Amino acid sequence: MFNNFDFSVILPSLPYIWEGLMFSFRLTVTAMLGGIIIGTLLALARLSGGKTLGFAAKTYVDLMRSVPLLMMILWFFLLAPFFIKITPETSALITFTLFQAAFYSEIMRAGIQSIPRGQINASFAIGMTYWQTMGYVILPQAFRNMIPVLLTQTFILFQDTSLVYAIGATDLLKAADNTGKLYGRTVEMLIFVSLIYFVICFSLSMFVKYMNKRIAIIR
Amino acid sequence: MALNYKWNWGVFFETIPSGDVTYLTWILHGLGWTVAISLCAWVIALALGSIIGTLRTVPHRGIALIGHAWVEFFRNVPILLQLFIWFFVVPELLPRDLSMWVKQDMPAKEFITAVLALGLFTSARVAEQVRAGIQSLSRGQRSAGLALGFTQAQTYRYVLLPMAFRIIIPPLTSEFMNAFKNSGVAYAVGVWELVFVSRQMVEETGGQVIESLIVPTVLYIICSYAANLLMSVIERRSHVPGFIVAK
Repeated sequence: MFNNFDFSVILPSLPYIWEGLMFSFRLTVTAMLGGIIIGTLLALARLSGGKTLGFAAKTYVDLMRSVPLLMMILWFFLLAPFFIKITPETSALITFTLFQAAFYSEIMRAGIQSIPRGQINASFAIGMTYWQTMGYVILPQAFRNMIPVLLTQTFILFQDTSLVYAIGATDLLKAADNTGKLYGRTVEMLIFVSLIYFVICFSLSMFVKYMNKRIAIIR
Repeated sequence: MALNYKWNWGVFFETIPSGDVTYLTWILHGLGWTVAISLCAWVIALALGSIIGTLRTVPHRGIALIGHAWVEFFRNVPILLQLFIWFFVVPELLPRDLSMWVKQDMPAKEFITAVLALGLFTSARVAEQVRAGIQSLSRGQRSAGLALGFTQAQTYRYVLLPMAFRIIIPPLTSEFMNAFKNSGVAYAVGVWELVFVSRQMVEETGGQVIESLIVPTVLYIICSYAANLLMSVIERRSHVPGFIVAK
């Protein structure tokens, strides 16, 4: 079955694949951290009770959630050159952060809403300001409760990084594709890179399960 | 807006270089393919996902393990890569004659591959939702079914599954949304769906980026909205009394 296959191409292509993998990781981590920060601000905006602010945040989140990521990647990458010079990699970093923010914001909103309202009143009652209440009381708990869900979103995010293929940024998949074409061994490289993705994603999902067990039911 | 961007909204009524249809018609064809891929893939995903998800809750270790392996197998590799595997790798693994046929003569090869890849990828996610739905029922339900003299299969058919499916309509809706949005990866093997058409249109119109992308984007939004609306109607009609339901 594997008679015509030549897996010896894997060894010389390893350094390039490694570079691609590192970009996939960098994209995942940047979009996760940036996304959680912006997402939390969006969630606070929606829960603030301010009409205009809440509406703006809701519109942004709904828009991002109803358009495929692939479309957003194309939008930013094709439109940005009218304003600035930009590499596919930078374009991907910005698009992913802005896009993921919408998804993380929904998670953080659910997290914040899971905290009993009395805690906000209690914080105000002992003289805390809005930002102190959020920073010291609400957000740490919301964040903690939502860790498994945030990680699950990151799991999806890591898989979605492969979509930067569309704009030619060199991530793990693109690196494998390039070397495969170079050596005329696309099939072998695709199998190899699937294994890498599988191992990483499988470990990540095991980690999510473990965190789920640790975090669950402390109340 | 951009300083050196030249608007041309009339572009939709120009004909495409390679044929006699207008760009607008072309986009609508793209929408047709997008919808076709999503719906066909959803049929596969729902059918297989229901079976696999149910198997995972069966009180038999071996069967549950098969279900588990299926889910892990299809969930842990990105959809775009799975599509490439089905398109480039799987034909190489087939027996020689079949392999030749798939590579050369198979009709609608791109479309079928995309449907298969997206369907199987989504089936793993559907299976997880079905399993969660069954496990959310109190264990008394299964016991009661068995105590009434139902067989294991009858307990699933008449007691557990009807409840579970009504409970998991909201997460299934979002899985369908995901499948719909993921269908865009089919451009990579050359199905002329919305993403493919928009990319092609940007190139052929010499960089009418905004015009080329905005119509497909709006179509995606409209379809998502319509599907959400439909599902919320179904959800309200079929909700289980006594369970919390969205307004």
